[in-house]
Amino acid sequence: MILQDLLVTLILIGYAVGVLLTFGTILTWVERKQAAIMSDRIGANRAYVRIPFTDVKLVALGLFHGMADGLKMMLKEDFRPKTYDQLAYTLGPWVTFVPVLLVFAVIPFGGVLDPGRLVPAAAGWFEGRTYTMQIAKLDAGLLVIFAFGGITIIGAMLSGWSSNNKFSLLGALRAGSQMISYEVVMALTILGLVLIWGTVDLNEIVQRQSGRVFHFLPAWGIVLQPFAAVLFLVAAIAENKRIPFDLPEAESELIAGYYTEYSAMKMGLFMFAEFIEIAIVGALFTTLFLGGYNLPYMDDGGFILGGGPIGLPHWIMVPTQLGVFLLKVLAVCSFQILIRWSLPRFRYDQLLAFAWKFMFPLAFANLAVTAIVLWLMERA
Amino acid sequence: MKPYARPRYWNEPRMSWYERAYFFEVVRGLRITGRIFLRNMWKWITGRKGALTTYYPEEKRPDYAPANRGKHILVQRADGKPQCIACNLCATVCPAKVIEIEAAFDPSDEKRPKYPARFEIDYSRCVFCGLCVEACPEDAIRMLPEVPNLPSFDRDRMWLGKDELLNWNPRDDGAKR
Repeated sequence: MILQDLLVTLILIGYAVGVLLTFGTILTWVERKQAAIMSDRIGANRAYVRIPFTDVKLVALGLFHGMADGLKMMLKEDFRPKTYDQLAYTLGPWVTFVPVLLVFAVIPFGGVLDPGRLVPAAAGWFEGRTYTMQIAKLDAGLLVIFAFGGITIIGAMLSGWSSNNKFSLLGALRAGSQMISYEVVMALTILGLVLIWGTVDLNEIVQRQSGRVFHFLPAWGIVLQPFAAVLFLVAAIAENKRIPFDLPEAESELIAGYYTEYSAMKMGLFMFAEFIEIAIVGALFTTLFLGGYNLPYMDDGGFILGGGPIGLPHWIMVPTQLGVFLLKVLAVCSFQILIRWSLPRFRYDQLLAFAWKFMFPLAFANLAVTAIVLWLMERA
Repeated sequence: MKPYARPRYWNEPRMSWYERAYFFEVVRGLRITGRIFLRNMWKWITGRKGALTTYYPEEKRPDYAPANRGKHILVQRADGKPQCIACNLCATVCPAKVIEIEAAFDPSDEKRPKYPARFEIDYSRCVFCGLCVEACPEDAIRMLPEVPNLPSFDRDRMWLGKDELLNWNPRDDGAKR
């Protein structure tokens, strides 16, 4: 790898990690505020930063509550249970947290980046190299996502089992069976899209969505496979173990499920992983079903409208694509939070029955119909 | 061992296929919560308040009920002295034991020489029951609809003394002369 590639990749990694951590912090605030507004409340806004030597208290709509939470997590006692397996106990939060971050490596958050055109002074040095705004340009993107997604289950099981606590073990068992069940459904729903586009490369998938269906609708995944979109979102929320699928944590029955014995920043890592995973689910849904980083009727060159393509200069194009991606992700995150504060929790048998008796056959039917229609279209 | 069979009850809810499909009802629920969210969000964005909450120490409601038992006042005589005769009945009846009275003797006042030198109420413990008002034989202590404005991080600051309690001075008061 040469120096230019290294520099650009490092910048992209920095951007991606920054975006994810920011999302993880901001979403705690968004969740609080949105829940408050949905239920006619004001929401947390008592944490303040006082300007020194004055009585001016900056409240900033309650944004400092995230900071206060972080501070509390860091300063709390780091309790360790008397368990036989300190190693697994310590490893648990990390095995949950790291794969969540890693999933983002293959998600494209922008189109083609041409650093030479963006910074004319460095044009000579970059020699016209272009990069896709994606950390790892893999042609097996979707598979990597499922591979890393599977590791999170191990994290939950590991932390639950090594805590040496009945509630933790119960929570871990619930988490394991739930996540494995819904992962199957999730993979099946996406197979329809893979059939249509014939690729698992996420960047390729996003670019295919710049096309049209019936000459006027953007060829977004949600237009081509509306059924799969709903199933995917449900399965993804279940995979993230949030209400209405938060059986593994179920604080009214299991205290805190598989992280009952965790405190301080270890528990914070679990929470952080959950909030980042909201953003990851949002990013995946955006990439697969909402046209990724492109606005409707837009591709890497500019807008494609009826009269012909309208090109956009590169320095407008790059921020537009980055911004559009973030906005779409935020919208999907907000929708997930809406679901979380609207629906009651399942019972455990209902949860598994829902996965295997309802979602699984539907996903299969969706896949079968897609395959038959594609076959007929090929014959015609 | 027999497999577990869920018990059936006579009042089990009967759901139509539409309700049992779950999805449509979920969409209906999301529409309700989403509508409330958008309505309140629009209120916040346009600078109105999207919640019913009164933001207490900064905002105060003007519409306390006239009979609301809020903060205490000591009724004054025409010459501005407290009507209180320091009999300690209110302090005795108080269930939270928040009233502290220190009696003093004023020989120049022939009718009521006994008066409170110190009359203090600890609002960090007061339960606003109004028993002190009922116990008073001289109608010397009453309660206003307004609440004592004492939110603080320190409970030692939630005391009101004789000076603060004596600041109620209406023209037409039914107090005895």
